[in-house]
Amino acid sequence: MSDTHGQGAAKAGPESTLDTFPRLLMHHARVRPQRPAMREKEYGIWQTYTWAQVAENVRAIACGLAQLGFRRGDRLAIVGDNRPRLYWSVAACQCLGGIPVMMYQDAVAQEMVYVLQDAEIRFAVVEDQEQVDKMLEIAGEAPLLEHVIYDDPRGMRHYADALLMGLDELQEMGRIHDRNQPDFLEREIAKGAGDDISVMLYTSGTTGKPKGVCQTHGAFIAAATGAMQFDKLTEQEDILSYLPMAWVGDHLFSFAQAMVAGFTINCPESAETVMIDLREIGPTYYFAPPRVFENLLTQVMIRMEDASPLKRKLFQHFMEVARRCGADILDGKAVSGGDRLQYWLGNLLVYGPLKNVLGMSRIRVAYTAGAAIGPDLFRFYRSIGINLKQLYGQTETCAYVCLQPDGEIKLDSVGKPAPFVEVKLADNGEILVKGPMLLKAYYKRPDATAESINAEGYFMTGDAGFFDEDGHLKIIDRAKDVGKMSDGSMFAPNYIENKLKFFQHIKEAVTFGAGRDFVTAFINIDLEAVGNWAERRGMPYSGYTDLASQPAVYELIRDCVEKVNADLATDPKMGGSQIRRFLILHKELDADDGELTRTRKVRRNFIAEKYAVLIEALFEGRNSQYIETQVSYEDGRSGKVAADLRIEEAKTFAPQAGRRAA
Amino acid sequence: MMMNDIAAAQAAASATGGRRIGDVILDLQNISLRFGGVKALTDISFNVREHEIRSIIGPNGAGKSSMLNVINGVYHPQEGRILFHGQERKKMEPHMAATQGIARTFQNIALFKGMSVLDNIMTGRNLKMKSNLLQMALYWGAVQKEEIAHREKVEEIIDFLEIQSVRKTPVGQLPYGLQKRVELGRALAAEPTMLLLDEPMAGMNVEEKQDMCRFILDVNDQFGTTIVLIEHDMGVVMDISDRVVVLDYGKKIGDGAPDEVRNNEEVIRAYLGTSH
Repeated sequence: MSDTHGQGAAKAGPESTLDTFPRLLMHHARVRPQRPAMREKEYGIWQTYTWAQVAENVRAIACGLAQLGFRRGDRLAIVGDNRPRLYWSVAACQCLGGIPVMMYQDAVAQEMVYVLQDAEIRFAVVEDQEQVDKMLEIAGEAPLLEHVIYDDPRGMRHYADALLMGLDELQEMGRIHDRNQPDFLEREIAKGAGDDISVMLYTSGTTGKPKGVCQTHGAFIAAATGAMQFDKLTEQEDILSYLPMAWVGDHLFSFAQAMVAGFTINCPESAETVMIDLREIGPTYYFAPPRVFENLLTQVMIRMEDASPLKRKLFQHFMEVARRCGADILDGKAVSGGDRLQYWLGNLLVYGPLKNVLGMSRIRVAYTAGAAIGPDLFRFYRSIGINLKQLYGQTETCAYVCLQPDGEIKLDSVGKPAPFVEVKLADNGEILVKGPMLLKAYYKRPDATAESINAEGYFMTGDAGFFDEDGHLKIIDRAKDVGKMSDGSMFAPNYIENKLKFFQHIKEAVTFGAGRDFVTAFINIDLEAVGNWAERRGMPYSGYTDLASQPAVYELIRDCVEKVNADLATDPKMGGSQIRRFLILHKELDADDGELTRTRKVRRNFIAEKYAVLIEALFEGRNSQYIETQVSYEDGRSGKVAADLRIEEAKTFAPQAGRRAA
Repeated sequence: MMMNDIAAAQAAASATGGRRIGDVILDLQNISLRFGGVKALTDISFNVREHEIRSIIGPNGAGKSSMLNVINGVYHPQEGRILFHGQERKKMEPHMAATQGIARTFQNIALFKGMSVLDNIMTGRNLKMKSNLLQMALYWGAVQKEEIAHREKVEEIIDFLEIQSVRKTPVGQLPYGLQKRVELGRALAAEPTMLLLDEPMAGMNVEEKQDMCRFILDVNDQFGTTIVLIEHDMGVVMDISDRVVVLDYGKKIGDGAPDEVRNNEEVIRAYLGTSH
């Protein structure tokens, strides 16, 4: 048998007449006009928009855009938090045969210039004054920009720039246009086809300039339909939409799946209130990167540490019960009667209230993706009865390649190929995928498109992995990052870094070792977790830099590093790449300084270049190194941070060949 | 970023004319205030125009807070006349000032620490509530409608001040800067035409100050509220005020646009001391 997994490219999508998102929208407005399509918390109260109202609003925006001269194939930039009217703008743009281009709302103006220029943007819909200011700042560098439409009129009274228009006015204009030409929009929707480009999502640019990934209606509808069948999603689901709209995950979960299944999306009041809103909505279907789950758990643990001794005892006891049998009960495996009783009691006293506080009481299915999730973290959520699963995918595959089936959960795999998807491994271990959800092209980059899709039509993910005996896919690292050390043993930096990051005290880690004799690491401590740890010990500190340089903190981190080394030693493939020397960085790695991407992935080469002197010191065996670094603050100013960094050694272990960790 | 906002808002305001500064609504003439033998204020005259931001500055003990308390009706000056909307004001109590549309915040925060942000701002609606205690206890018909209307107004303020995430948090748990913002919210809840702010920026860090500046400018701009503010921080005052009065030892030593005041010899002397 060849190494191909999955059902392959069968026919996808529901009825063929519903092959574009505008048609799906009009379908829902006909079939379930009174069902809630969206909720938004405004003035402290959840406001509901039914499918009929959403369709009406989308119609007004679309007609307004047409009146302004928006043409088929035009790109519409969309920038802002998850607001209903921004989602409507996406749909409106698609009605007119346009291509929505979402941008990260926290990007600084200069980062937006590239996308505006690359996608040749003429129209932009932005959330508020903050985004308007950015657009006006860079309007000179993007001469094609003709219209900037803003959602929230607050603070906009004195803006007189000819580019600007309120979304209210645009909708009013649209309604007049609609009265004059009532069948205009239907005609436009009828012109659309399933293989038209429905959206352009920019890759985060971990390597080089961001590329615009062009996805078709068909691709996202296939991905959403497959996921819907896989997890039996219905129109009854509630989801909280709080992740950046520019991220493929949000577009799949909050837009494509909602449009296909007809369920309700809920927009939080503001970025700061997400946790409160999560609790009020109690979603049934939830998606979050591991970082969010981790933050939640850290908060719970910190609060438990401050709780009374009785409560702490109770919590520890029942968490032990949950660790023993919780995940098995969730998976429907055989569990003894005594354990079942204990778990039932635990649910009454601990898990139930805890899930309620987390806003996860109603969750049927929760997914995580985007980065590796720590085994303890993953086990924690599953053990208290939350059906948390992992998935695997890229922007180029609509975030849809592998899903973990219910009852077949493994901590270190990303599951089986999803419906309609075919997965194959190249000789070097690279994961290749094929299916209806593949990108149509990179925008204006035929060279990159040709490079990423091979002759047989497989998309080359750039990830290295393998299938285990049950047909579950395991990811090791980025294929190009997997290197060899000077003695020829394998060095998979992400794999090691993820193991480090699973410790709550470590926020980021960057490892080096390709072509070297041993492995070294930069560590970023987690200010909240380590800060709390320091407070409980009565250790004074003035800030990140000070805390990071304390000997006790070095002890704490060394302990983590050594545990990772012990773990690596048990793996025959990885045993040679244990960390011998490490240092704690004097500043947090930050996207504003270009060290992380906007999705918080480490930009390895950039860091290696910027901190070359530190790497040199690590490998040359020095005990400390002075460094001065430029940092940019959130208000746009910049300053310098300097420190004398200590470099420490960590114990390594003899590789245990042939045996594997449980 | 905040500073840019402020600059942009000011530039925009001056470019389009923005809020229109109107006639004199409060005229203080030859005010003198004494506590026993101590002269707090001596022969001070100045006026406040509609829709303007008017600042009172001066070194410690210059009489700034006394001046604000005179406007508010807490202190009654022994000499001088106060004309509010052209009418001479008789001896009055602070609550009368409130019914005339004057609201204030305090130098030391005076909120109900154990109550939520929402409830604290709701207390600012006190004067606007028509139902009596018994009706409210029964919470029936018109009362219910009234409370919903008040709550709507309060929510608008919460949205305006961007404090949604702490809506239900007891005020005592909030950091200082946020408490100041809640206090501003409570003053706004009375929908005042004139807002008296007693050192709104005292004890804040740079970022909190910038936020507060932005909110003061926004209140002034969006609601057209006349603002009289006392402040220690010269920089802040000069940036946001239309006109500035300078007091020193209970006497007025300067009055005018920020630039005029900045170059006034006497003001420089009061603030920096004289060079010999």
